[in-house]
Amino acid sequence: MIRVVLPAHLRSLAGVSSELSLDVADPPTIGGVLDAVESAHPMLRGTLREHGGGARRPFVRFYACEEDLSHEPADSLLPAEVVSGKEPFLVVGAMAGG
Amino acid sequence: MTGVRVLVGTRKGAFIITSDGDRRDWEVSGPHFPGWEVYHVAGSLLDPERIYAAPSGGWFGQVIQRSDDGGKSWNPVGNEFRYASETGTHQWYDGTPHPWEFARVWHLEPSLHDVDTVYAGVEDAALFRSTDAGATWSELPGLRTHPSGSSWQPGAGGMCLHTVLQDPVDERRIFAAISAAGVFRTDDGGQTWQPKNHGLHSEGIPDTDAEVGHCVHRLAMHPSRQQTLFMQKHWDVMRSDDGGDNWREISGNLPTDFGFPVAVHAHEPDTVYVVPITSDSHHFVMDGKLRVYRSRSGGDEWEALTTGLPQENCYVNVLRDAMAVDSLDSCGLYFGTSGGQVYASADSGDSWAPIVRDLPAVLSVEVQTLT
Repeated sequence: MIRVVLPAHLRSLAGVSSELSLDVADPPTIGGVLDAVESAHPMLRGTLREHGGGARRPFVRFYACEEDLSHEPADSLLPAEVVSGKEPFLVVGAMAGG
Repeated sequence: MTGVRVLVGTRKGAFIITSDGDRRDWEVSGPHFPGWEVYHVAGSLLDPERIYAAPSGGWFGQVIQRSDDGGKSWNPVGNEFRYASETGTHQWYDGTPHPWEFARVWHLEPSLHDVDTVYAGVEDAALFRSTDAGATWSELPGLRTHPSGSSWQPGAGGMCLHTVLQDPVDERRIFAAISAAGVFRTDDGGQTWQPKNHGLHSEGIPDTDAEVGHCVHRLAMHPSRQQTLFMQKHWDVMRSDDGGDNWREISGNLPTDFGFPVAVHAHEPDTVYVVPITSDSHHFVMDGKLRVYRSRSGGDEWEALTTGLPQENCYVNVLRDAMAVDSLDSCGLYFGTSGGQVYASADSGDSWAPIVRDLPAVLSVEVQTLT
């Protein structure tokens, strides 16, 4: 199971209070984990990336293992620590605005 | 219960404020969707328990929420607003062609004729419709693809379709207003649209009486008089008595005719309200005085309504969707300000009191009359 941490706004929208624990299709990729998030919580479609599995929204970032994965291609494999469940995949609202 | 439910959208969430028919004591619930920018919250006339809200934000985009219990609980519904056809371009601020891009929902308008139908006016300007209570949305592309579309330009707030006005008798007739394109009318349920801007005069555009290009801020209609429309334009308050075919100015003795909202009394079709602000560059009320202006003659002659409103050191604005009327026997009026106050009058505007004072900046105010 892969752990996914959502920002507070999206936890409220999805009606969840803690991190998600999701099965992700093999091979486990960044796109795959986003597909799994949207499949489990359809109300999040369009909030992380454009509808239909499109581009990441500009102020949404993806972090894991102290690395910024936001600019990695969707078919990039997830870090082994994320796949094993040791580390979470973090969805973060970018620091912006005032 | 007999009473009112005031639906308030703000920069940082939505609030629902309720009272009984006396409208003296108010209960505030919220924030709903805290942190989200809620451009509009609107209830169905056919089923007042059904309310839609349009939270959005720069981080996570557009969400639509629906309540079926009068705002006690909410569920996200469809949020995919996909233009129905090749979008082409409109004019950008610098005059260059710019591709149509969905930014947000400005206005939700539940149908007067079908409980599961709701319209959404969006930026970049287009009209969408849902016939399944918000689960899915389809564009009515005839408006966006009007031959004049490539010449439409954004106003300062974006190129938004902000007003959707339904004819309560003829469900095929709908008015839409776009900043800065103007008024359009369909008589066939949204398939085809015609510009309805004859008589508008806008000094801020090269051809001052052009067929399109006017920055219309808001339209209002009394439900018993479908041919008569009132308009607050960028500058000028206007009136049409032929369904928008022709407009004439009714600014009369207003101290300034710049403003955003316009509303019509629930029981007096010739009683109209506006909230003038200083100018296009000074988006606050004149002289530090918050004054609603009322005309009981359908325009031209206006009186300032000031009782209970701050008359010194007040520099707020009232946005286009932020004024509404209830339909109780003694008509109530409501408006919200950029300073986070919502004021109410239970006597057609003669006297006012704040029903809440310190919300985030108010973007929209709607009211439901509960019987």
